[in-house]
Amino acid sequence: MTTAPLLDVTGLHKNFGGVQAIRDLNFELAPGELLGIIGPNGSGKTTAVNLITGFVKPSSGKVLFKGRDITGQPAYRIVRIGIARTFQMVKPFYQLPAYKNMIIPLYSPRVKKLVGGKYGDRDAVALDLLEEVGFERDARVAYKVASALPQGYLKRLELAKAIALQPDLVILDELFSGLSLAEVASILPIIEKLRIEGKTIIMIEHRLKELFRIADRVIVLNYGQKIADGTAADVMDSAAVKNAYLGSE
Amino acid sequence: MFLGTVVYAVINSVILALMAIGFNLTFGISGVANFAYGALYIFSAYTTWMGLNLVGLPYPVAAVFSILLTMLVGAAMYRFVLLRVRGQALSEVIATFGIGLAILEIFRYLGFVGFEYTLPVFIDDSIIIAGVYIDMQRLLIVIIGTAAIFLLWWFTHHTRLGLAFRGIAQDERTALTLGIDSDRIALLSVAMGAGIAAFAATVIIPLGSIAPAEGYDVLIKALAVCIIGGLGSTGGVLTASFLIGFAERFTDTYVSSHWTMIVSLAAILVVLAVKPSGLFGKQKELEERI
Amino acid sequence: MPKRKERIDRGINVRSGDVFALCSWREMLYLAGPRFIPVFICLLLPLLLGIYWQKVLLSVAVFALLAISWDILAQTGMISLGQALFFGMGAYITGILNHYWGMSPVVTIPIAAVCGGLICTALLLPVLRLRGIYFSMVTLILPLMLVRLIEATRIFGGTEGLTGMTPIPSKWLELYVIIGAMLAALFGFRRMLSSDYGLVLKGIRDNDRSVLNAGINIYWYKTQALFIASGIGAFAGAFLTHVYMFVGMPVFALDYSILPIAAAVVGGPGSLAGATLGAFILVPLSELLRGTGGLRIVFYGVFLVIFIVALPEGLFHFFQRKYHQFERWVEVDQ
Repeated sequence: MTTAPLLDVTGLHKNFGGVQAIRDLNFELAPGELLGIIGPNGSGKTTAVNLITGFVKPSSGKVLFKGRDITGQPAYRIVRIGIARTFQMVKPFYQLPAYKNMIIPLYSPRVKKLVGGKYGDRDAVALDLLEEVGFERDARVAYKVASALPQGYLKRLELAKAIALQPDLVILDELFSGLSLAEVASILPIIEKLRIEGKTIIMIEHRLKELFRIADRVIVLNYGQKIADGTAADVMDSAAVKNAYLGSE
Repeated sequence: MFLGTVVYAVINSVILALMAIGFNLTFGISGVANFAYGALYIFSAYTTWMGLNLVGLPYPVAAVFSILLTMLVGAAMYRFVLLRVRGQALSEVIATFGIGLAILEIFRYLGFVGFEYTLPVFIDDSIIIAGVYIDMQRLLIVIIGTAAIFLLWWFTHHTRLGLAFRGIAQDERTALTLGIDSDRIALLSVAMGAGIAAFAATVIIPLGSIAPAEGYDVLIKALAVCIIGGLGSTGGVLTASFLIGFAERFTDTYVSSHWTMIVSLAAILVVLAVKPSGLFGKQKELEERI
Repeated sequence: MPKRKERIDRGINVRSGDVFALCSWREMLYLAGPRFIPVFICLLLPLLLGIYWQKVLLSVAVFALLAISWDILAQTGMISLGQALFFGMGAYITGILNHYWGMSPVVTIPIAAVCGGLICTALLLPVLRLRGIYFSMVTLILPLMLVRLIEATRIFGGTEGLTGMTPIPSKWLELYVIIGAMLAALFGFRRMLSSDYGLVLKGIRDNDRSVLNAGINIYWYKTQALFIASGIGAFAGAFLTHVYMFVGMPVFALDYSILPIAAAVVGGPGSLAGATLGAFILVPLSELLRGTGGLRIVFYGVFLVIFIVALPEGLFHFFQRKYHQFERWVEVDQ
């Protein structure tokens, strides 16, 4: 890399009482890159994200973000430094309207710091952010209670919550899962917009076609280990990857 | 004096373990919080007493009947109350706590307090071991208790039902996909836990008298042992029982009896602060935080 | 034709939404009534009741404060089974300050509230990181432990307790201060909980991982909620010590832990007004049942269970719903 990597993961290991979930994970991420992480179910993708974002403590290894060592830091501190993530199982606050769901990220100390003091009106900012991710303002979708919204909107809400934190690195954990092709097609432009704004993105995905269209680089995990790292084309040609997904003769 | 304290510490430890394994089964293994545990313990003792003294049943019959009745009460409690608040652990706590409270205070209100409320010992005799005088009841408790604990360990590790119990504690959804009916299992675990409490009461109560206040004490002791030992781990329960049992006895002999409970309670706080999953709890590490 | 029940907002509810409430006195009364009338009644009651019931009213206010304290914790996801801990802590601190150093109630009560809050928060700090159930267990255990500690070490008066506290100068002051505190806590903390800050607290209860993911230190917020709640409880305990002019081991009694929970659950968990309503119902009820002795606690227990299972929304939300909406049968269009 000519410029310093935004994220630098070295020798990451995680052992869950006998189960080796992640084994010697190493990769770097340049600023502005869109990295895809793929792999069969149970290969440790979400665990890897949990380790990086502080929801789980690594057994060993190091994670550097913008040159700072964030290994083992608690999740809230890592968020404040500039990493935001979404969760695979979307769990909004169901009894609240969509825009009220945004209040909590907007209440975050990181947002306070970047905006300089208190937001005048979090409700207004929430509505703006939701409009950016596709909550039609005229239809007043943002005012609907979260329990009444379909999965497509809930995923977008989750995305909006991450964006609200104005992160440098956004990690999307299976954002497209459970969405129809049309819904995926409507979210892709939003991700494109994030890229144009200069954000670095990591996407864990199962829907390879959509991912390969936008990813700069792809990492493949299998049984907790990285078995491939390169462009989408390289990775799909790799024998190891084919083996992992389809099995060998 | 030292040897005597050691012997009585061993006895005390087995008593604590007996009290705790029922609670451990229900909460630690099946994840169902039953704060009416102590009340069920006392309930069974009073039922045995009533069977013995009011109805005139022979002692063993009264005891067995009482254990079965307590199991039924446990099952009913699950079916009519816990089922509705299942999953919301905090509502489970409040609801079972309320029931336990009601049971204990009804007995207190109806006047079941006094020295005549006691159960006879099984064998009224005593022996001398290593120069220490031990009554037969205590000796029986150690023997029966140890057997019961091993039986329970074998049950939870080697029978289908026991493994199912542990299954729904670990991951309820997976258990469901494996065809384990989590509600039925939870019902059985609450009923069994109640039965074990009743069994423990039958064996232990003869050492003293029955009092509603004992109910709260038993709950606290069971909680202490399970937390310190690690919820769900039979080995942990054993270790913790011995630790607390010895600490209590030695505090009682060498310091003063007032401090015994303080020692156990302080131990809980220390463990929660230092290693919350308990001495032997492993898999709970993830769920402990957040 | 099969029918179904339909629930609709009342006309006046819709008419008094937003700025339209200023249209007429009727709308404004509709909104203001439920808020002002109870306050008015609370302030009037001390003048109307006889001595015995005045004491009951005082008790109601104290338990209302404890119930409000419990509810604040519950809304943050912490279920306390030991309100007596906060109550007793405040009681003892004030007793000690007054008995040994002769400080006046004007000084001891505020200090006891703040210090009581600090000490209780410090004691419970280690369990804030753990699952909710551990918090409940420790709150259950701590008051019992403190009782044994006092009994064993015989400090602070031991089993006899401390007597001869300075009483509060006038009966009217007694009543109005505590009622005022109750109303202030009710409306003040209600405001706090409906603000964005309160949303964070409720978020911690509903999905703390999500709140953590927003970069918010949930433990710090839980600590704050704990401090507020324990401070309220300590205030109640401190106040009552000066009313009874006595503090002893009974301040850690199970009664002070359970009645607030029953009041909050019956009145409406998740709302401070509900907790207060619950206190207004249960405390006089328990007074009327005083003759039955220990049966009182049985009732609390039974009430607790029935309400948690059958009417989890509590009475307050039930009445609120009836006030704002009405139900009718409509035919189902096939």
